[in-house]
Amino acid sequence: MAFAQQTIRLHGHIIDSLILAKVMDTIHMMGGTFDLSEVRIGTTREEPSHAKIVVRAPSASLLTEILDAIQPHGATVERESNCLAEPAPADGILPDLFYATSHLPTQVRLGGRWIDVDAIEMDLAIRINHQLTTASAVPMSAVKKGDLIVTGRDGIRVIPLQRPRERDVFAFMEAPVSSERPHGPLIADIARRMQTLHDQDGGKVLLAGGPAIIHSGGREALAWLIESGFIQVLFCGNALAAHDMEAHLFGTTLGFGLSAGRAVPHGHEHHLRTINRIRAIGSIQRAVESGVITQGIMAACIRRRVQVVMAGTIRDDGPLPGVITDSIAAQDAMRAALPGVGLALLVASTLHSVATGNLLPATVPTVCVDVNPAVPTKLADRGSFQAVGLVMDAASFLRELARELGWKS
Amino acid sequence: MSRLLVCPPDYFCIDYEINPWMRLSNAADRERARAQWHGLMRVLEQDVGVLLERMQPVPGLPDMVFTANAGSIMGRRAVPSRFRHPERQREERYFEQWFRDHHYEVTLLDEGIYFEGAGDLLGFPDVQFGGYRQRSDARAYTRLSEVFGCEIIPLELVDPRFYHLDTCFCPLTGGELLYYPAAFDAYAQAVIKDRIGTTRGLVVPEPEALRFACNAVCVGKQVVLPDGCPETMKLLAVQGYEPHPVPLDEFMKAGGSAKCLTLTLDS
Repeated sequence: MAFAQQTIRLHGHIIDSLILAKVMDTIHMMGGTFDLSEVRIGTTREEPSHAKIVVRAPSASLLTEILDAIQPHGATVERESNCLAEPAPADGILPDLFYATSHLPTQVRLGGRWIDVDAIEMDLAIRINHQLTTASAVPMSAVKKGDLIVTGRDGIRVIPLQRPRERDVFAFMEAPVSSERPHGPLIADIARRMQTLHDQDGGKVLLAGGPAIIHSGGREALAWLIESGFIQVLFCGNALAAHDMEAHLFGTTLGFGLSAGRAVPHGHEHHLRTINRIRAIGSIQRAVESGVITQGIMAACIRRRVQVVMAGTIRDDGPLPGVITDSIAAQDAMRAALPGVGLALLVASTLHSVATGNLLPATVPTVCVDVNPAVPTKLADRGSFQAVGLVMDAASFLRELARELGWKS
Repeated sequence: MSRLLVCPPDYFCIDYEINPWMRLSNAADRERARAQWHGLMRVLEQDVGVLLERMQPVPGLPDMVFTANAGSIMGRRAVPSRFRHPERQREERYFEQWFRDHHYEVTLLDEGIYFEGAGDLLGFPDVQFGGYRQRSDARAYTRLSEVFGCEIIPLELVDPRFYHLDTCFCPLTGGELLYYPAAFDAYAQAVIKDRIGTTRGLVVPEPEALRFACNAVCVGKQVVLPDGCPETMKLLAVQGYEPHPVPLDEFMKAGGSAKCLTLTLDS
């Protein structure tokens, strides 16, 4: 997003003279925006007042015009300092006062220039290279002894999100999370976004999903979305994959007949037999390529070369080959799949929704769908108005979404 | 008894154009200028009863007659001017030296901040006002406020013809203000109305404002102003002031009048 910002200070009798008002009016009238911080008003007539104003404009040239216009009224550009950095004392250990990131676009000042922090993600540290030319967010576990880590608060700035240009559901400042709102228009907006990303060269949609997708009957819809090229990245666990393939092999999920609509005898064994079979074949890919698994979500992923990351948990049976059981390794694999993602759908899994939500920068619009209102609320509360919450079951969501995009169910 | 610093017009002429009033083609008549200047001094000394301190004029510095721009004085503290235009920057060291020779505690403003003295900083006992934009910088008043320990409200001057505050703003000893609102931006006009109020604000009509009616010297109930401002004189008389009109049109060729030609030494 193109924008420029500069911090200025006003000091003196700026209140009674209306100079503060004049500066704010001028910024506004010229098409900029501002944040007022550190306003100290003199308590006596003689005492000066002070205001710190962050001025923002959609382009560097407009910012310069605005600064030129307000400078005669006494506005001085804040002297900016470079950020501070210290070497990590040991592998996996950060310096005590390391700066902890948020999920908002962040910049650090290096050698007098503001540099974007790459791969921004919340709750990480910022590592800068020894030439002081690049900066990147890094998890604690990935830090090596001697890495330069940003410390303190100087020379670091966070860019708040601007209201998106599109006038759709993601443009609202407060994402509505309620089961008592019509879902139709929201799903239509999401579908529109997905169509745009589908038509765009390199546009990527991520879906993080739980096994409830299969249990509630959303498997066909999701498989269709993948086969039709609307999803490029899939995050899931052992269970989603296992029950998807159980459905192919046995027509059940966790032993519950998908068309029969009731539990079948010895059904509880089905997913275990499925997992065992795939473990014997060696990989899901080989199972699909050899024709053992031909339809469903995993088959579609193999055919359409979807990036799949399966992260294991302590509840897993098996697990299936390909499931990453080391959580840190799983996080890293998920992180590696994120660049280029333009929309994230987090469906019916508290674990995967929260984990994925935490990895995403605030600039990626997210949709969280869950029957439990707490999950979408938690994600929407993280302060990004590009998070939309839908309280509904996975199947209803996926089926309606797929229909919007052309699925004939 | 009031004391004013003045500088004889031995070298006064129109040598350059640094404000809209100056035209090199509109040369000053040296004799006439001298006569008018002495006329002003006579009115100040004899009719108004002030003491005049004369400083030595310097060849090649025609605008030194405008001693209001020497700097700003409050008590025994003086802040010499820093001129925006190189033509008047040459006067700076003479004014600074005068302050030092006369035992004022001199404070210099930082380099790069313009301030043109009592031409831009004027006020009442409880509040001062600083004109900015045309010549002095708004930032100068933050520093001056610290130096003098008083409130200084900056006012933006938007008409280049009224390039110093004293050309359009004249505080009177009784608390009234003689001024020309159109020389200020909307914010400054609002501030003036708020601080001075409508009863004490005496608005000068445009034709007389353009004769620099506001560029007046007020001592007690006596007001010395350029001639040709009958409406302004009426406004003053109604408020109980005795106006003394003085012909000063030779100095208007340089963009200055009665007030510009004097610097109040005790305030």
